[in-house]
Amino acid sequence: MVQLKCLEPLSLICAGGCLDFWVSPLHPERPVDVRVPFTSLQAVKVFLEQNNIPYFILIKDLQRLVDDEKAQMVHQRSRALSVETFNYATYHTLNEIYDFMDLLVAERPNLVSKIEIGYSTEGLPLNVLKFSTGGPNRPAIWIDTGIHSREWVTQATGVWFAKKIISDYGKDESLTAILDKMDIFLEIITNPDGFVFTHTKNRMWRKTRSINAGSSCRGVDPNRNWDAGFGGAGSSKNPCSETYHGPHANSEPEVKAIVDFVKQHGNIKAFISIHSYSQLLLYPYGYTKTPVPDQKELDSIAKAAVTALSSLYGTSYRYGSIITTIYQASGGTIDWTYNQGIKYSFTFELRDTGRYGFMLPANQIIPTAQETWKALMVIMEHARDHPY
Amino acid sequence: MELEPSHYPAQRAAGVARACISYRRGGPNRVLTLSNVRRARLQVRGRERGPRGQAVNCTAEVLYHLGSQHSAPEVHFTVEGELGKNPDDADNKFYSRIKSLKEPLVAQNIPDSFGIVPPEMEPIRHLAFSACDYIIWQNSTENTWYNLAQIQDVRQVKRNDDYLEFDYTVLLHDFVSQEIIPWQMQVLWHPQHGVKVTQNSRQPK
Repeated sequence: MVQLKCLEPLSLICAGGCLDFWVSPLHPERPVDVRVPFTSLQAVKVFLEQNNIPYFILIKDLQRLVDDEKAQMVHQRSRALSVETFNYATYHTLNEIYDFMDLLVAERPNLVSKIEIGYSTEGLPLNVLKFSTGGPNRPAIWIDTGIHSREWVTQATGVWFAKKIISDYGKDESLTAILDKMDIFLEIITNPDGFVFTHTKNRMWRKTRSINAGSSCRGVDPNRNWDAGFGGAGSSKNPCSETYHGPHANSEPEVKAIVDFVKQHGNIKAFISIHSYSQLLLYPYGYTKTPVPDQKELDSIAKAAVTALSSLYGTSYRYGSIITTIYQASGGTIDWTYNQGIKYSFTFELRDTGRYGFMLPANQIIPTAQETWKALMVIMEHARDHPY
Repeated sequence: MELEPSHYPAQRAAGVARACISYRRGGPNRVLTLSNVRRARLQVRGRERGPRGQAVNCTAEVLYHLGSQHSAPEVHFTVEGELGKNPDDADNKFYSRIKSLKEPLVAQNIPDSFGIVPPEMEPIRHLAFSACDYIIWQNSTENTWYNLAQIQDVRQVKRNDDYLEFDYTVLLHDFVSQEIIPWQMQVLWHPQHGVKVTQNSRQPK
């Protein structure tokens, strides 16, 4: 019992909170398990070492374990067995979204197919859904979400868009008319490596996960890696920066895959890249102040799209060219696509304006998707009705 | 010079004005969000956040100091009507609740990865918004656009006097550089005396 008494001082260490004994000192032969608040750690270690009491760490970071478990539980909703029962009002992991894509294709094989356009740095497939009602190489609309991995509302809205398209085909006159003339390509997880990283290690990760030679910092900003004003002002040459443009244009497999796809397809008429947050609808350019030749037309489409968007929930968006509305940015996606001849090139910045920012509560996923869809429809209808 | 209200120079300056006003008038149950920039010079229409959510007109003048040494932008503002001068029920309730806690309050990741904020943490979050607004105001330039992204860590510091004190580590998001910047701040609050940031320092990434 003398041996047990010598542990008594431990119960007096309450610097950051008292020690929480999970297995109390009961018997000299039995181990003691104790949870130590972080700020008491030093004092406890000193005490144990000074008194020659052997110890080892069972769980290094209990909070992390609890958080992970909580995340698991949140995700352990019954595994969706159909597109109908899939939960659109919650955030999903990469595997859940990839499974969803397969479900979609399985349920509507005449409307949806899945194309692998390449592989990420870490070897994950880059999956694109193709919505088509026929034709060898119809004019097409491209939509991507999740190019910046921390912008979680975008991947979630991408999932909702996929469901919306298959639901509305044959029911909504306008969408049906679009699909009878054009194909829609949808890449939901445009940056899979980054997306996995936001789930497992750092919720705020933005870039790809490529290794930068000579630096301990990883990743390239995929929205500065395109061949349009590449390396100019509005991007960084520092690998540790969030806007690092990469060693050269298209260095990122995630970007190169889209570039190759667009060039090889040759018939894409509208290109929409989706980000969050700020509530903006933007058209080129970001790398130069020179207005695009089609500025007037793009501006009026943006105005109509934004009006349609806000008609649903009153969400207000600003619109304009990238360089006047948010900042100068070089090597951006839609600057490249526009210069390829894809006139209707737009970028969205979805909800909100900073109250939650990247951590948008899941109950806003569906309203965000619904209102954004209205704006997308305006753009797609315009592309349908103004072939070029 | 008139600025285009929807373009970013006016928007950023309006953000600075909002931050300054919000710091002066903010609290656990009140934060000012920017509703609209009507005219840039800069007529900022602020909307008071919280259960009441009333819209309030503010007029502000923002002066950026250019030069090698950074100093905080000057903000001169007028606010229409009474905005958060007197503590309300919610403020007093929050005050009593925290004062009577046996263990000092400790929390992490507000909101969490999924945007969830436990209801009892909302006032802690609003307080962080107000306090951050001081940091945002002090550190803003024409080339920054700061938002509070997340409270990484908050610990209450028990005091002998009437004030509540919290040690926050927050993550600020600068929209222009897209960087996430950890920042530590020591925050005092009292229902009558408002929010005060007594100490703050930028942390390594």
